[in-house]
Amino acid sequence: MSTMTSPPAVTSRQGSAPKSWMSSRFTAIAILIAVLALLPLVLPNAFYFDLVIRIMINAVIAIALNLLIGYTGQISLGHAGFFGIGAYGSAILTARYNMPPLLSLAIATLAAAALAWLVAGAILRLKGHYLAMATLGLGIIISIILNNEAAWTGGPDGMSVDTFRMFGLRLAGEQSWYWMFAGLLVASIVLAQNLVDSPAGRALQALHGSEVAASVVGIDTAAFKTRVFVVSAGTTAAMGGLAAFYMGFITPNLAAFQHSIELMTMVVVGGMASVYGSVFGAALLSLLPQALARVEGWETVIFGFILVGTMIFMPRGIVPSIAALLRKKDA
Amino acid sequence: MDYMRKLLAAAVIAVPAVSGAAYAQNVKIGSVLSLTGPASFLGDPEVKTLQLYIDRINKAGGLLGKKIEFINYDDASDAAKANAFTKRLIDDDKVDVIIGGSTTGSTMSMVPLVEKAEMPFISLAGAVVIIEPVKKWVFKTPHTDRMAAEKIFIDMKKRGLTKIALISESSGFGQSGRKESIAAAPKYGIEIIMDETYALKDTDMTPQLTKVKNNPAVQAILVFGLGQGPAIVNKNYAQLGMKVPNYHGPGVCAKEFIALSGDAANGVRLPCAALLVADNLPANDPQKKVVTEYIKSYTEANKADVSTFGGCALDGLMIWVEAVKRAGSFDKAKVRDEIEKTKNLAGTAGVVNMSANDHLGLDLSAFRLLEIKKGNWTLTE
Repeated sequence: MSTMTSPPAVTSRQGSAPKSWMSSRFTAIAILIAVLALLPLVLPNAFYFDLVIRIMINAVIAIALNLLIGYTGQISLGHAGFFGIGAYGSAILTARYNMPPLLSLAIATLAAAALAWLVAGAILRLKGHYLAMATLGLGIIISIILNNEAAWTGGPDGMSVDTFRMFGLRLAGEQSWYWMFAGLLVASIVLAQNLVDSPAGRALQALHGSEVAASVVGIDTAAFKTRVFVVSAGTTAAMGGLAAFYMGFITPNLAAFQHSIELMTMVVVGGMASVYGSVFGAALLSLLPQALARVEGWETVIFGFILVGTMIFMPRGIVPSIAALLRKKDA
Repeated sequence: MDYMRKLLAAAVIAVPAVSGAAYAQNVKIGSVLSLTGPASFLGDPEVKTLQLYIDRINKAGGLLGKKIEFINYDDASDAAKANAFTKRLIDDDKVDVIIGGSTTGSTMSMVPLVEKAEMPFISLAGAVVIIEPVKKWVFKTPHTDRMAAEKIFIDMKKRGLTKIALISESSGFGQSGRKESIAAAPKYGIEIIMDETYALKDTDMTPQLTKVKNNPAVQAILVFGLGQGPAIVNKNYAQLGMKVPNYHGPGVCAKEFIALSGDAANGVRLPCAALLVADNLPANDPQKKVVTEYIKSYTEANKADVSTFGGCALDGLMIWVEAVKRAGSFDKAKVRDEIEKTKNLAGTAGVVNMSANDHLGLDLSAFRLLEIKKGNWTLTE
């Protein structure tokens, strides 16, 4: 990290109004915390708790994926694979080796991070979208393994997951999980925003802008990309593990290519390089299937319409586009 | 831009609005079926059957004087979605019974929820893990894969075939069939001397069959798969000029299988539900009436051939309806107790006799061992 300097282009763009920006950042997180704290009072039943929990799980993953896609310009088409490693790693270690859930979760997360580091180490030396191809393959391989190694994973029929216990406490029921995931969501938003505005974050954005320029000012581009990828994969795996404990039953579907695409879509629709965009994207994509469940058959059509509409009218994603629109109105 | 925002707002608001539109006085049947995705071949006939018969019950005055409301969600063949929709059925829609879970994966992700909510649940999926060990609130209607394997092994034993080659698909169905075949074989004195697999989308099984053909000890082959794979095995089997008896699992009990296999289908033996051979059943067969009626109603309403999957949905519905009638109420605990007491109910899958230890209630007689002759199903017994 000491070898790195802040690229001037980025600082001048964001340095124009640091104070108002800082306050808006704290307002945003305060609003979010208030909403999360008050939400349980208005959620009518466990189903709505479940819905919000699923949104929060997806939001944390989307934020982690956005660090990679939005801030370094690298694409991962295999994040569901890391999600799967986290989920199955935690499930198998607790069920077959009687390990405490927290330890299983930690081991599964580290395993996914190590795998990400191995892959990225080799791939990210190359320029261009090789990471997308490598992760595409990796995700599919993980999915095949989970399907075929039935002795360990239960095969396509899935396996059940033990209850989550932490320091002698049993975590069960939507309410307690709600607070757990709410805490994680707030923490990851704060961490992601801090990272984005740290010298390391500036380096990442410089990378996205121009890799050549970034390396000219002394940024070790490959090392930075690798680190972000590892963090992103590890976070996704940790959420996979927690989601597995929460749901109590997992199938290899969660590691399928389609799930990777869903996660990508959350980032792109919500807004690349926007932390709240990821939260919004995750909420939108988690709510739509439930909202459209009663209009059988039209579900896919409406869903496609929203995606295409976003791409055409708001290519930067919904949150950044609306934010820009509001700023224009104010001016 | 404006309409985009409106649309998004509408989508978000629609969640509570849609679920709020419930009729308090109706009785509700909830279901989570795989209408899209790889398992849609199961969910499609299931939902059509349920809709058809629920409409019919409503037209005839409903159940215990109440109209039945049918709430169905599509899990897109994804167990995680099935889990979420089950929560919606239980907590938000407050249904009286849940039918479905088209696949074993979906069903198993629903089981902990229905057990906790004490909700009668009738699964339409195959694997034996659903009802073994017995779970208080969980029932199922289709035969298990183990029963299919046992039915085949009984016939093999009768014909003196004891050393067999197993060829299974690496899908959920194929793997379950493989597992159950290996588990059931010793009981019938069958030895699986070769264990080959192929992937769901493979287009040529000649390598596996050549290996089998070159092993002179093999006396019969048993193929466990769904869709096209087993038909390709038949074609390759004919091309290689193989002569050993050819058995298949019940995943291919559909006319398409004969059509896809062509002449190579002749001589194949497989266990199927009575539904497939309705015309050939003797008039005194307990299932004759129900299967003939179902075939007529379903083909009239949907202009499509019946499948055993839709039949299982009908069985599930009827088991619940009869239990409600006997209980004289919709009280979940009472209905559950009555479901468990189901006796001599002739369904499309077989005659159902449940007990506290058996939440399926079918025995091997529910399967008919068929042989394909001249491109048509024939009974062997």
